[in-house]
Amino acid sequence: MLAIEILGLEKTYLVGFWRKRPKCALRPLRLTVEDGEIFGFLGPNGAGKTTTLKLLMGLVFPTAGSARILGQEWTDPEVKAQIGFLPEQPYFYDHLTAHELLNYYGQLSGVPAKERSRRVESTLQRVGLRDVQGMQLRKFSKGMLQRVGIAQAILHEPKLVFFDEPMSGLDPMGRREVRDLMEQLKQEGKTVFFSTHILSDAEALCDRVAIIHKGELRSIGAVEDLTSSVHGKVEVIWQGTQAPASMKALGAECHVTGDTVRAIISETQQDAAIDALRRERLRLIALTPVRTSLEAYFVEKLQHAETTAGRTT
Amino acid sequence: MRARVVHIASNTFREAVRDRVLYNLIAFALLLSGAAILVGQISIDIEKLVVINLGLTAVSLFGVVIAIFIGIGLVSKEIEKRTLYTVLSRPVRRWEFIVGKFFGLAGTLVVNTFFMAIGVFAALFYVSHKFVRADALILVALYFIVLEFLIICSLALLFSSFSSPLLSAVFAFCLFVIGSFAEDLRGFAGMAHGFTRWLATGAAYLVPNFSAFNVINSIAHEQPVAAQLIWHNTLYALFYATMALSGAVLIFENRDLK
Repeated sequence: MLAIEILGLEKTYLVGFWRKRPKCALRPLRLTVEDGEIFGFLGPNGAGKTTTLKLLMGLVFPTAGSARILGQEWTDPEVKAQIGFLPEQPYFYDHLTAHELLNYYGQLSGVPAKERSRRVESTLQRVGLRDVQGMQLRKFSKGMLQRVGIAQAILHEPKLVFFDEPMSGLDPMGRREVRDLMEQLKQEGKTVFFSTHILSDAEALCDRVAIIHKGELRSIGAVEDLTSSVHGKVEVIWQGTQAPASMKALGAECHVTGDTVRAIISETQQDAAIDALRRERLRLIALTPVRTSLEAYFVEKLQHAETTAGRTT
Repeated sequence: MRARVVHIASNTFREAVRDRVLYNLIAFALLLSGAAILVGQISIDIEKLVVINLGLTAVSLFGVVIAIFIGIGLVSKEIEKRTLYTVLSRPVRRWEFIVGKFFGLAGTLVVNTFFMAIGVFAALFYVSHKFVRADALILVALYFIVLEFLIICSLALLFSSFSSPLLSAVFAFCLFVIGSFAEDLRGFAGMAHGFTRWLATGAAYLVPNFSAFNVINSIAHEQPVAAQLIWHNTLYALFYATMALSGAVLIFENRDLK
């Protein structure tokens, strides 16, 4: 079953005070998220990530299009009992304590009274806030509020969790904990949809990612598919202390480290490189496709989009 | 559905209490005790009349100020601080949020009025040393004041659902002032001609008629209140508050929370 099915959601705001003019925040977006996967929604600031999440949460209304969440119409309020949402830079009722806040959200989500107390306790424990559960939120740091935000999103044990920039405001340890939590959620069979511009997090966590820029979907796919053999290069490593002339003739740039030599060559020349090493009686250690990082792929996509936009204007 | 409204209302009430809104009761108590002592010293035979007038007017004004200043922020503050996002991303309908907020604020004002009423009766006892049957009429005046608060709460919520807190405060306060002179406005409409008459009549019936709720002076003079007026004011307040609340829901249901 598909966890999320976005069917051409589109959003145009009217901006300006006297003379309203349309500003497109999201062009028709079509994407699907499989049940049980961690899906990364990537893009620079102002790309349309938060708009998409707000549309899915029913906080803003689409100009056109529709969506289905967990097989149901996304406007159905009862669907929301099965989803959790962490907004970007969350802010909560600061007159409440962490315990009271979670209890309140538990009430609104329809968690039965008998079970609520246990869930609140265990969720606070899970996000590391059990010791400060009686403290009013006005005294919480930004990182602690982020943890409260994560707690309220998972409190009612939703099947699908939306996180908008979940690592924002967290220190390296906090980021690590959130990453672990997302992996745990996946292991529990839940679907995680999260937006971020921290690409290393997405690369480490996501099964699939989508890249959005200026309100338009630029790319979507499994992280491995997007990052493998992008440049059509392979890395060759062999035992030796110097590069033979035949390898240099292939245009390979060779680097010697101890008793191994490493060279990057074009994918089309890999057979020639192996033949050259055989002729020289050198021992091949590894031959692997060069994978670009998600960050490099992301930058390339964005630059390509900018160039295309520049040409058309 | 009903449970969610109750939870939102109780959270609104708790927020008001923890934001020290009920601290106004201390100011009220000080004002009333000071006035009672002063009146006791300078008035001859009319101490009771002055205390009832002063006490009930203070209850009304304190409540109106609280209703406006909390009411205007109920929705806009939640949007501005984005606390609404984590509420509306749950199985909470937008109308449930508005109605819950209304009952939360109304509850705060009822509790506030209850404690201020105790203050009024205490001051009354201080100046007259006893209660008489006619003093029970003060309860009717207090009931009318609560009805007035319901209308103001709903209006503050209505304005809060589409405009900034500052503008909402201005609108709500203007309506309160104009509504306090609604009878005069209706009298003026009766005397006017042509377009002015049409305009004044429209305005006179559109603004809430708060002057019908003001029975403080007649109660201070121990004049009874007609049962018909109690029914009329009750139905009028419920109708007006429902209409204003429906308007707030209608606007809020279609609003983008940017």
